[in-house]
Amino acid sequence: MQNYLPIFILIPLAGFLISLVLPKNDERKISFTAFGTLGVQLLVAVLFVANWLGLGAPDWQMTGWILFKNSDYVFQLDFLFDYITSVYLLVGAILTFLVTLYSRFYLHREPGYKRFFNTTLFFYLGYCITILAGNMETLFIGWEMLGISSFLLISFYRERYLPVKNAVKVFSIYRIGDVGIILAMWASHHLWHQNITFSQLKNAELVHEHLQTHSFIGVFISLMILVSASAKSAQLPFSSWLPRAMEGPTPSSAIFYGSLSVHIGVFLMMRTFPFWEHQISIRILIAAMGLITAIIATGIARVQSSVKSQIAYSSIAQIGLIFIEISLGFEKLALFHFAGNAFLRTYQLLVSPSVVSYLIREQFYHFEPRDKTVEDSFSDKIQNTLYLLCLKEWNLDSIMYQYLWNPMKWAGNKLNFLTVKRLIGIFVPILMGIFIIKESNYFSNDWTLYMPIILGSIGLIFVLKSFTQRRSLRLSWILVIINHITIALAISFNESYDSKETWIYLSGILMAGIIGYACIMRLFRLEGKILLNRFHGLSEEHPKIAFVFLLACLGLTGFPITPTFIGEDVIFSHIHEDQFALAAVVSLSFILDGLSIMRIYARIFMGPNSKTHTEFSNRYF
Amino acid sequence: MTTTHKGFHLEHVLHELKHYLPAQAPLMDFVHHNTLHAFQHLPFHEALRKAHTTLGYQVYLSVDQFRELHHAKRINDDILNNVIEKKKGAKKTTQWKYKLLHQELESVPSPRIGALRGQWKKVYNIDLDSMVHPNLFRLISSYLDQGISIWHFPIENKSFLEAIKELEKKSWLSLFKGKRAKNMLLDEHTTLEDLLSILVGSHPHLYEQYLFDQQFAHQGWSGMVSTVEDLPQTLLDRRQISLHDLIMLECLLEIDTIDYLLSSGWIGLGNTLENPLPSLLDPIEHSEVMEILSIFQEAFEWTYYDQVLAGIQQESKMPKSTGTKSFQGLFCIDDRECSFRRYLESIDPHCDTYGTPGFFSVEFFYQPIGGKFYSKLCPAPVTPKYLIKEIGDEKKWETDPHFSKHSHNFYTGWIISQTLGFWSALKLFANIFKPSMSPATASSLRHMDKFSQLQVDYDALIQQENGLQIGFKIDEMANRVEGMLKSIGLVKDFAPIVYAVGHGASSVNNPHYAAYDCGACSGRAGSVNARVVSQMANKPEVRAILRERGIDIPDETIFVGALHDTTRDEMVFYDDEIKDEFYVKLHAQHAKVFESALDLNAKERSRRFESINTELSPKEIHEKIRLRSVSLFEPRPELNHATNALCLVGRRELSKGIFLDRRSFLNSFDYRVDPEGNYLLNILKAAAPVCGGINLEYYFSRVDSEKLGAGTKLPHNVMGLFGVANGIDGDLRPGLPSQMTEVHDPIRLMLIVEHFPDVVLKTIQRSTETYEWFINDWVILASVNPETKEVQIFENGQFNPYKPINKQLEHIREIESLLESNQENFPVYLIQQD
Repeated sequence: MQNYLPIFILIPLAGFLISLVLPKNDERKISFTAFGTLGVQLLVAVLFVANWLGLGAPDWQMTGWILFKNSDYVFQLDFLFDYITSVYLLVGAILTFLVTLYSRFYLHREPGYKRFFNTTLFFYLGYCITILAGNMETLFIGWEMLGISSFLLISFYRERYLPVKNAVKVFSIYRIGDVGIILAMWASHHLWHQNITFSQLKNAELVHEHLQTHSFIGVFISLMILVSASAKSAQLPFSSWLPRAMEGPTPSSAIFYGSLSVHIGVFLMMRTFPFWEHQISIRILIAAMGLITAIIATGIARVQSSVKSQIAYSSIAQIGLIFIEISLGFEKLALFHFAGNAFLRTYQLLVSPSVVSYLIREQFYHFEPRDKTVEDSFSDKIQNTLYLLCLKEWNLDSIMYQYLWNPMKWAGNKLNFLTVKRLIGIFVPILMGIFIIKESNYFSNDWTLYMPIILGSIGLIFVLKSFTQRRSLRLSWILVIINHITIALAISFNESYDSKETWIYLSGILMAGIIGYACIMRLFRLEGKILLNRFHGLSEEHPKIAFVFLLACLGLTGFPITPTFIGEDVIFSHIHEDQFALAAVVSLSFILDGLSIMRIYARIFMGPNSKTHTEFSNRYF
Repeated sequence: MTTTHKGFHLEHVLHELKHYLPAQAPLMDFVHHNTLHAFQHLPFHEALRKAHTTLGYQVYLSVDQFRELHHAKRINDDILNNVIEKKKGAKKTTQWKYKLLHQELESVPSPRIGALRGQWKKVYNIDLDSMVHPNLFRLISSYLDQGISIWHFPIENKSFLEAIKELEKKSWLSLFKGKRAKNMLLDEHTTLEDLLSILVGSHPHLYEQYLFDQQFAHQGWSGMVSTVEDLPQTLLDRRQISLHDLIMLECLLEIDTIDYLLSSGWIGLGNTLENPLPSLLDPIEHSEVMEILSIFQEAFEWTYYDQVLAGIQQESKMPKSTGTKSFQGLFCIDDRECSFRRYLESIDPHCDTYGTPGFFSVEFFYQPIGGKFYSKLCPAPVTPKYLIKEIGDEKKWETDPHFSKHSHNFYTGWIISQTLGFWSALKLFANIFKPSMSPATASSLRHMDKFSQLQVDYDALIQQENGLQIGFKIDEMANRVEGMLKSIGLVKDFAPIVYAVGHGASSVNNPHYAAYDCGACSGRAGSVNARVVSQMANKPEVRAILRERGIDIPDETIFVGALHDTTRDEMVFYDDEIKDEFYVKLHAQHAKVFESALDLNAKERSRRFESINTELSPKEIHEKIRLRSVSLFEPRPELNHATNALCLVGRRELSKGIFLDRRSFLNSFDYRVDPEGNYLLNILKAAAPVCGGINLEYYFSRVDSEKLGAGTKLPHNVMGLFGVANGIDGDLRPGLPSQMTEVHDPIRLMLIVEHFPDVVLKTIQRSTETYEWFINDWVILASVNPETKEVQIFENGQFNPYKPINKQLEHIREIESLLESNQENFPVYLIQQD
């Protein structure tokens, strides 16, 4: 039976591929493909789970294909099916099935009808890969797909300003989650010295044995997992993205941000529970974070005057409680809670437009001039202060800016003296020099020791420049490519390994880089020079270029469509376990790469069209 | 701080701003109005050009769309030639026609609004809106909130700005980042001029422009604040907020943000200008593109008008049905009743139908049992002095725990999500596969209980409540019934039963539900009015007075109130009062007629709905139409007033024989009863703003769904129960969602009056407000001579004869097969008489 596990990935994959080639305005076929796919998936899942229960609900591990292998690193696809997967599989299939049926009529005549179902199926595919994953590497594939499909769903109304802005914002938070996972994988590679599967984690002795000798790295891994899970599940301090994700059509907000997407962090915590089960400090930390999130998010939910943000924050509060349940070891309860919360919030969001007639009627018949609330028992000053804090969402949104992105922008701006021409003029020859010298083995050992971090930092400068580039689109793009090359060079100093690995890493980058560059040049020919200082909204006019460029962007960010995705992990595995600085620099580079690229994509192809909209009036439509 | 600010008068600027901002009331009181009411003092095309140049609104379809319409023959080529010739002269016709159809046109210059404030980005590279708007919107929304938040705005009973001051004073946390703005807020003497002199510098002539830029960057919120300031009663839980307060706070937040971002110091915007910017008030320069668009627009309109006028002239004189009437029905003038009445008349040729505004000339506030407020049931501009109370037993409302606030607290939510959560999945499942009525539905029937009583009579013992007279006195009743009957020309030949049929709508998941109800009842169902007027007309005392005034309602005639649900195509008769066996039997017969007419009406409506197969039988379709109204996933429960284009004021015979495709408001009127035009004046006074308002709101929401309409409703998020926005930080979106307007052809309303042109001319000149609609061409006025059927068009202050170019319209015999043929608008047909 376990060998049939990939069927749950193949069904949505088939549906997604079919949906891609359907004609754009054939609503019937598109929606039929979507709910047909989900219907089949749901049916198969129910039968499968019934059968599995009949067999006594065993844990099924399936080792799939080895995609890459060297002396000490294996990248392979693994699948695992246990009770956690079964619940996520069923809840996901039920909700997505219902919501695709719902959207079939709800989105009637909407210009993005096909795009909506494409993205939904793609999301669902990512969801299935994530929940069926048997190891971190496989999970990471699904994880990345969830991120990009979220970006596309939030910016569904891509011709408007706020959806695009918020999509980029959410993507930036997701990117932190991604890097959390990369770092966790890196550290666990050094902890286990082999590719570890989730089911091996259930072997308590094995885990215990490894952690005993490497308690620090164990804590580090747990923390990275917690960061990733918190980012994806909108726990503190990342919570403010969730309400801002509610920019797409109501059903997509309902299913993704009300339920499935936001509970993926919960899934990650449950999956890795056996790993951190014995790290008491981590468990206390998780419970504490969950509790603080629950309390603060409830406060924020209570002051919300818009219905969707209220539901979003209430959902966050419940997820905080689920984190507590997991940390206490009540996994079954947490699963039950997850399912209930997912259904409840989906439904609440779907009926949210009814709130007007319902509550106005209630007000009409039951109005009391002033309802007493808990807060009335506080003194005025405490009450006002708390109210303002909650209204400002505890500044969570601005904190992300103030302490994360602004310093980077600041640093980027400090580097203004390094004009791009100088940068390329000076550093590119130096890089080439270094490469030649290295190839001829002229470096002393001391140099070899410091070269990775030096080069890594130079790479970081490149990408910072790219990220803060206000004008030139081409340079911003090129800088990202140079950054990747620099990183590859940096790590090649670390230890000697087959240069094939470098090429696996760089092949996707270069291919995507060249395709993207060609797209940019084509656009310049058609539209004249495009600057990065505003949105241009060109996707409507050049849908094909937009699509190809999106693929190029994905390739350049290391999305699992090119070998770079594997190369990224392989390259990371060559960072030594004591090189935390290097790991930090490289992972920061990865975060910024992704942001810089998605920013470029958003600026060119999304937002209000620059020809029909002046920049400074009425952008809040 | 006593600097003088020459060239800036605060009161004046606020007044101007309020004039131009959207005037849409909170959702509960949604009433259609001319979206560009602020420009109504100008002729239509000039007004549109001005709105476009200054405020950047799209005001016509695009040139490409028009060219497509011309290509599809939906703009008649002959009419296009006529319009060009009339506007540009015969010589230039060919040249202009080329321009219209083929020439590459230069792009329109960017609007003037926003240019001054855009300097923040240009000069200082500051994105002020994204820093200020979210906080500002949140504060306003929380202050105005009617019941979404659980923890309300902590300062009660104070005006907005005072509440903000108090919040700032009594809190450890500041709204501001820096000291300057905070101190200015708390300083009693700070004036708006002070703030503006910081932001703009000492250039008072720029202040007005700055404020326009600032407020029109979020016209939705500003419009809502301005409306609530003027009409605080549109919020049940009232608030004191003013546009001035909003601007003060916004300027302070702006100063604070700029202080924070430019900590090294900055100067006001006015000082950064190198060249003067065009001001909003500068004269509007001529634009060829706009002229081309206006020609296209008229050609598009006249392509349709011409058919209608031809139809009215060509229609074979209907043999006036003689003999006894089976029943008479009084309906709202609403365009949605147009086809329903046609079906009634064709099923039962002995019945008569009449159209009158759906409040049936009785204006009052209504209080249902257990209601804590009054709702107004008459056109929005009227303020009634009467109160009608529902009497009977207290009703229990079904509740839906999904809207319960307990699910939002983490402790109660913990239990709810693990119990109710699973129930939600089942409910969702049920609603997708078998939609049904639920507490979430806004149903027209909930407006008044069928079995309760109404206190219609004035009671000398109670007399008054909160300044309103409870019930009507006999002569007050007689006046109203007389007014209504005379205005529609129903003064003799009464049938045994006269139905007064109000209308309402039912929908779910629809924040704009009030827009679907009766506009003449302030966006509510017309059931109470229908019942009240029937009870009045049934009173022997009232009939005695009416008899003296020339209306002899025989004792054998009874009036019965009813409600037509336009979404579900269902009817409820308030027939409890029919006691006599004779009438019970008679009514049962009529009820059958109504039922088949409703089925057919449902079928006619269904042709516009993709998800319903129009070829099914009327009964099957009707069932699907009912499901539609309670389906959560259906954003188009009905299409409301979409495609409206006409308003006919005249006898039913004027249009009985033409197929108007549900596009016409029908107001009954008999010129013989009103040779002087006295009742006509009242009709036009209401019809121009009501029908014209509906028509223009559809027009503008259709041509600019970004700024004048609400855009697609799918991402809408309900704010504070008074408005909708996109996402959580967006501006409020007044206007109609695109789902309501997408099938609408944006053309102006043509109002056709059956009376002699000189009488019509004299009548409209008696009211300047009404005259404005016609003289400025916001509504096109035509008169049909009741004796000769000659058509005259009102242009430039006088009536000119018009000869339709359509020579012979097509006849149709089978409406059903026509309906099944396609989804688009039909041309005007003559209905074949056998």
